[in-house]
Amino acid sequence: MPVREENATKVWQRRTPRGRLALWAGWALALAVLVACARQISEGTLWVFVADAHRQAADLLARMVPPDPGYMGVLWRPLWDTVNIATLGTLLAVAAAVPLAFLAAKNTTPHPAVRQTALLMIVSSRSINTLIWAILFVILFGPGVVAGIAAITLRSIGFIAKLLYEAVEEIAVDPVEAIRATGGSPGQVLTYGIFPQVFPSFVGVSVFRWDINIRESTIVGLVGAGGIGLQLDASVNALRWSQVSTILVIVFLMVVFSEWISARVRKAVL
Amino acid sequence: MSGNDKVLQIRALRKSYPGGVEVLHGLDIDLRAGEFLTVIGPSGAGKSTLLRCINGLVPASAGSCRLRGAEILGLRGAEMRAARRRIGMIFQAHALVDRLTVMENVLSGRLGYTGFWSSWARRFPPGDVAGAFRLLERVGLEGYEDRRADRLSGGQRQRVGIARALLQSPELLLVDEPTASLDPKTARQIMRLLRELAAENNLAVIANLHDVGLARMFSDRIIGLNAGTIVFEGAPGELTDSELSTIYGEEDWSTEEVADVSA
Amino acid sequence: MSPPDAASVSATGLSGEAAARTWQRPRLIANAWIRRAAWGGGALYLIVAVATLGVDFERMAAGVPRAAEFVSGFFWPDFTTRGGDIIEGFIESVTMTLLSTVIGVALSIPLAIGAARNFASGPVYLVCRSIIAVSRTFPEVMIAIFFVVMFGFGPFAGLITLIVGTVGFLGKLLAEEIEGCSTEQIEAIRATGASLPKILVFGLFPQVFPRLVGLGLYRLDINFRESAIIGVVGAGGIGATLSTTLNRYEFSSAAAVLVLIIVIVLLTENVSGFIRQRLI
Ligand SMILES: Nc1ncnc2c1ncn2[C@@H]1O[C@H](COP(=O)(O)OP(=O)(O)OP(=O)(O)O)[C@@H](O)[C@H]1O
Ligand SMILES: [Mg+2]
Repeated sequence: MPVREENATKVWQRRTPRGRLALWAGWALALAVLVACARQISEGTLWVFVADAHRQAADLLARMVPPDPGYMGVLWRPLWDTVNIATLGTLLAVAAAVPLAFLAAKNTTPHPAVRQTALLMIVSSRSINTLIWAILFVILFGPGVVAGIAAITLRSIGFIAKLLYEAVEEIAVDPVEAIRATGGSPGQVLTYGIFPQVFPSFVGVSVFRWDINIRESTIVGLVGAGGIGLQLDASVNALRWSQVSTILVIVFLMVVFSEWISARVRKAVL
Repeated sequence: MSGNDKVLQIRALRKSYPGGVEVLHGLDIDLRAGEFLTVIGPSGAGKSTLLRCINGLVPASAGSCRLRGAEILGLRGAEMRAARRRIGMIFQAHALVDRLTVMENVLSGRLGYTGFWSSWARRFPPGDVAGAFRLLERVGLEGYEDRRADRLSGGQRQRVGIARALLQSPELLLVDEPTASLDPKTARQIMRLLRELAAENNLAVIANLHDVGLARMFSDRIIGLNAGTIVFEGAPGELTDSELSTIYGEEDWSTEEVADVSA
Repeated sequence: MSPPDAASVSATGLSGEAAARTWQRPRLIANAWIRRAAWGGGALYLIVAVATLGVDFERMAAGVPRAAEFVSGFFWPDFTTRGGDIIEGFIESVTMTLLSTVIGVALSIPLAIGAARNFASGPVYLVCRSIIAVSRTFPEVMIAIFFVVMFGFGPFAGLITLIVGTVGFLGKLLAEEIEGCSTEQIEAIRATGASLPKILVFGLFPQVFPRLVGLGLYRLDINFRESAIIGVVGAGGIGATLSTTLNRYEFSSAAAVLVLIIVIVLLTENVSGFIRQRLI
């Protein structure tokens, strides 16, 4: 124990000698891992470019400022597409995630096997980033908004379903039992006993995800899946940096706006 | 009183929870229409389990339970629900659906009689709505119909719970600790209301209570349950201190001496 | 058996004076016209949005056999054909993830203190909040584009990108945590005459430490997932391998990468969940 006798006085130390040893070993190991990581990355890096970075950055900045307001006219349509990708994608995801969440929640699933399947679907959807889904759907459906929507949907299903099934598992059981005790059918138990309880988290999660999806839908265009990312990709490849900064300003405004909306809606339903 | 007077007849009711020990060891209980029966007993004695077995919220393990002569243990699906809607159940005050309005909570008592889509759209027959209004008035909550349930006090919530159960037009009322978490005055008011409504509708009532005083005051008959066995059955007057010790275990039941010590 | 009429039973103590009143659920939007306008507006938006999608049905139909191919590829993932690339990509991703999380957490602590209302004010607060806002607004991939231009292709650009993302994420959440801290404990330490660093170490740190570890582990998951995509714009990691295999229609190899990603995400999630539970 940390307190021991030494020359008839009590000495307090935070850790036992063995504990200290283990702690040091742990730190040494962690440090070794980090050094190994750093060397690994340094091997894959051309340091001449990195050394040159400040000049590149200054150059980039000079070309980006001021933004090109004339370019705005071209951006309305991609902007509309971007919002649609996020919104339609979220709607479809919600439609799919709600039943999935009830199948995955311990207290509403019809069978443990069904639950495991639903959980697997949720994990797969969540582990794969929107951009990867987008690459996939561009290959399958061809470039365009539809691939973007599909990508957003597939990624969001897992996200929404996970948060929702956790909310379902946390509901109070007494009201649910009370509805069962009136002789309500399973559907009525769901709509009267469970829905009202998870409704705030349902709206909160959906709007939160929509907010994230606005952000995500600005990049799916980088791989051809529609929206303002297409324009960004084209401008970057053509080295038209003043157009790039215009797009960045637009994206910034859009994200700030969507965050504001989502915060307001979430406040309203609670 | 006619021969159809026996509302509930329980015989040798046993219950073990999955993987657990037996909680109810063969109970026999009879109940007449209009009779107010109270079950008392220490925490964990199986009072809630008993009520839940009757309306099938948990399946009983063995025995029989007849509602007006018809067996209701072991029913499943639609038959189970049909039986449940004849049995009203009143829980502790927090068993309302918080985010629904008072009216929706009360009307949920009619779910057993209403189709899914009608209930989804909140379209209940005019008779049900009129009945709900009358009950709300009767329990003293006139004008509260559009208030959300989480904006009510504990006593008000319990009144909503009572209205919900009565709107089922039940023949039997199961009441599980209706006064837990209520102050003593509200608790008495709620018990009195229950008693009155039961009398008005000639209902048979089984109520679990923790408050022996309330039990003495409001019941026709009292059952003492200990560790899943009935250890006392009789009129409120027969519940002596020694009987209380049989039910709850040894304890000094007098109230004055405690006051003496503190004085 | 006809259902008993609710109106006929109960409440017998009343006279029949309660005439048939109707009841409707209170609406979220009380005004009927505004409600209809909201529904109409929503429907109109959906119609216009769907109409302007520009669906190319022929192209989509052409994708069906490819989809079948992909799905079958998913059932027979091929780990060997591109084994070398896959291993290299994963090592790069994992190293980027670990390093960026550690550096990001270290940088985010002073930033969070500077962005907490109860510790900082004036220009420091504003600067810290702005850094957080900017690094949170833009998606990582977009930030990666710029770092690739600045630092050249490869994992270094990816590392910097992930650090920026981590700092923004942790900075905001940690600042909120610090603002929610009990002031009494901090006051108690301050009352002993301790200097600011000592106040931080003894008064603040014990309070936010569990949350910091939790958030750091959570960010570790996110960084791994992100490391799998920033390769798409040339910032190293498994994402580069993945996009190459997909673009060459090597679905079995792509499936192998995806399976590995899912497995690793599952693993880190479980491990970090376990550690978080032990800590809190
Ligand atoms: N769902 C369940 N699963 C397993 N055991 C249970 C379950 N519900 C209750 N029990 C056990 O059954 C026994 C009786 O519980 P019950 O809730 O019926 O007691 P009670 O008399 O209502 O107690 P209280 O007065 O505290 O409400 C207890 O030992 C309890 O642990
Ligand atoms: Mg109980």
